[in-house]
Amino acid sequence: MNARPVAGVPILRLGNVLVTGLLDELDDKAALAFTDELTQRITAEDASGVLIDISRLEIIDSFVARTLMELTTMARLLGARVIVAGMLPPVAITLVELGLHLEGVETALNAERGMALLGWQQNRQLPEGAPSAALH
Amino acid sequence: MLRSTDPSASFDTAPRPDPRPGEPHSYPVRTEEDLLAARHAVRAATLALGFGIVDQTRIVTAASELVRNAYIHGGGGTLTLTLLERPGARGLRLVISDDGPGIHDVQQALTDGYTTGAGLGHGLGGARRLMDDFGIDSAPGRGTTVTATRWTTP
Amino acid sequence: MSSSETATRERVINALDERADKIADRWVQLQLQRSEAGSGISEAELHEEADSVVAALSASLAGGLPVERVVTAHPELHRVITELSLRRARGGASPTDTFLAVLTLKEALLESVQESVRAADDALAVALLINRLLDAAGALSFNTYVEGREEIIGRQSRQLLELSTPVVRLWRHVLAVPLIGTLDTARTQVVMENLLQGIQDHEALVAIIDITAVPTVDTAVAQHLMQTVNAVRLMGADCVISGIRPPIAVTIAQLGIDLSSILTRSTLADALSVAIKITEGDQLRAEASAVR
Repeated sequence: MNARPVAGVPILRLGNVLVTGLLDELDDKAALAFTDELTQRITAEDASGVLIDISRLEIIDSFVARTLMELTTMARLLGARVIVAGMLPPVAITLVELGLHLEGVETALNAERGMALLGWQQNRQLPEGAPSAALH
Repeated sequence: MLRSTDPSASFDTAPRPDPRPGEPHSYPVRTEEDLLAARHAVRAATLALGFGIVDQTRIVTAASELVRNAYIHGGGGTLTLTLLERPGARGLRLVISDDGPGIHDVQQALTDGYTTGAGLGHGLGGARRLMDDFGIDSAPGRGTTVTATRWTTP
Repeated sequence: MSSSETATRERVINALDERADKIADRWVQLQLQRSEAGSGISEAELHEEADSVVAALSASLAGGLPVERVVTAHPELHRVITELSLRRARGGASPTDTFLAVLTLKEALLESVQESVRAADDALAVALLINRLLDAAGALSFNTYVEGREEIIGRQSRQLLELSTPVVRLWRHVLAVPLIGTLDTARTQVVMENLLQGIQDHEALVAIIDITAVPTVDTAVAQHLMQTVNAVRLMGADCVISGIRPPIAVTIAQLGIDLSSILTRSTLADALSVAIKITEGDQLRAEASAVR
């Protein structure tokens, strides 16, 4: 179930939600591979939501911002709602100073809250067979 | 400013009076891996200079925009880091140069939303907002050199 | 460099080297005598400083630099003079005391050199050289002193900023920053940093920025407020601005700043009530979709 795409970022599935994250070492090729992998998984597994944890991203430049916005749009076209969770305060400040507001991208304070927005509860019993651990 | 003497008048061989003369360090920007290495070098320099976490993020982000520009539009180039010091503040100067086709209209390139490729068109203008001093030297056929500096706040 | 100047330099260097301790002691003594309020520096520190300055002076003259540029171009001398004035600026010494430090060095040095140089012509040349050298040092020390004071003022105003922009927790998952007084770019920057950190620390869902006690807002400040609101959103929280008084509403409208996408309330109380609804709504939404 835990496929490892070229980007080296695992995409986990929790019920109808795909959970994944971004790391600082994202380059063009990895971003493309990641986008491909994620869109395929959304369709193949009929996911209704995607949680992208970015709490380990130390910077977001316009390249990463564009990747996030494109992912959100593509996922939405495929019928899945995307939540980007855990942006660090310095990253948020720098992004707005750069002039990037990530229009159309829904955000949450952390992965837990993002999962709640996608319909998951902290204390909810996990369905049988689903991975029992969170992303990290 | 006390920091430097007029270079044109430097007939002596004494080093510049910087309390800690900043030896510039250069990093190649030729491959995707170089982009990451350049970013790590900038992060290490901001840490060494005692920048706060928000300033570190600003400087590394600006550097990331600029080296990616040089890599994509300039066909690769060089990043040079110089640590600066003046009474009450320390600074980091980034110089990113490439031998690419150069920029036709520098003013236009600094406008938000202007893009010729992969980014969101916020690269140059955004990087300028993240730094204290910012300058571009470019002309068609001459390549592009961007110089950007940020100083610590006391 | 002419041979007479070389000879003059030799004399000064010799005096500096041979009578280093005497010059340094005399200098410290003069400083302690002349300074009225005290330089805020201990005698031991003054001695240490004097030794390093005298040594640096001798070393700098031994190089081939023209005497007017010795102070700015010789790294070691530049460093010790800069440190001398920064030490006084930080210690709270007056500008007079700082200037006096260099003047008394000149006096100590002249006294010492005149004991060893007999011929009147030579003595005059030596005095002129010392004057040129230490006047440059005086100018440098004064510049550095001013910059040192500015550094202290900058640090103090930053500390004041931190104190004047508290982030308070009003309710579960609700934070507020009551802003009082004039807003400028530096202050809104601190507000933004403190608020975002508060959101992360308290896992806040709503942040209220109350500007009831802010007299005016200009374009730069309004834009910084917009940036703050946007940064709060990127963190995954909502932002409410409360207490926009009529004159500020007029300014914002006239500046053509679009606040239509921003949640605003006239009072902090109204803002809090909206904030609580948002947090409860969030809870309900989450429960509803969990039950589904």
